[in-house]
Amino acid sequence: MADVNRGNRPLSPFMIGPYYRPQWTSMSSIFVRITGLALLAGSILIVWWLIAASTSEAAFGFIDGLLRSFVGDVVMFFAMIALFYHMLGRLRHVIWDFGYMLDVEKSELFAKGMVLISVLCAIFFGIVL
Amino acid sequence: MAFLTDRKRAAGLGSAKTGTDQFWKMTRSSIALQVMIPLFVITFGIGLGGTYEEVLAYYSRPLPAIIVGLSLIVCVSHFTAEAIEATEDYVHGLAGKLTIIGLNALQYVLIGVGLFALARLAL
Repeated sequence: MADVNRGNRPLSPFMIGPYYRPQWTSMSSIFVRITGLALLAGSILIVWWLIAASTSEAAFGFIDGLLRSFVGDVVMFFAMIALFYHMLGRLRHVIWDFGYMLDVEKSELFAKGMVLISVLCAIFFGIVL
Repeated sequence: MAFLTDRKRAAGLGSAKTGTDQFWKMTRSSIALQVMIPLFVITFGIGLGGTYEEVLAYYSRPLPAIIVGLSLIVCVSHFTAEAIEATEDYVHGLAGKLTIIGLNALQYVLIGVGLFALARLAL
């Protein structure tokens, strides 16, 4: 088992497109990672808003105005979709890890559900809050 | 041909070099996200949109400050782990190590600054 090629096997190939047909399973997984990275960047904005609020009214006014502008609303809306999508994507990982829903049909169904529910949640909370 | 067992040869390999430790860590923090993300969205959403005085008053109440503080810890460390996982997959060697150190630094700065801000708002 162990005496196989170790050094130069292909790692994490970027093959989507000509060699690899995008599917719901792969794309939904890739977007879990993308939303995770984007949300790390997004949390900088949240921490900035908090530290500004604890510093002075002028500092708060700048970042609060930024977050509540039209661009800020759009960013917050997509951040909310990303948050719920990532949450559900990670829920799917936990379900997989415990040995359930491992067949393709259920995974694809869950992927479509993740997109739908995250958008609906974002719209709901966007309107309510 | 060596006397090493297959188990011994596999130890320390894999992109994270720590066996299943990272897998288990992500399982735990993924479950924590299921609780903290809805709470955070509701709590932060209610707080956003007020005037400066309203925001100060809102975060001087214990529940919003505690929920946002806990979400910062859970979410920022989860997203950092997510970014470190991506780094391990795509960035190798010295660049990879330095990126991981940088991400760790970012994680602690974000959590530290956020918690300080909340403490100052709350007290």
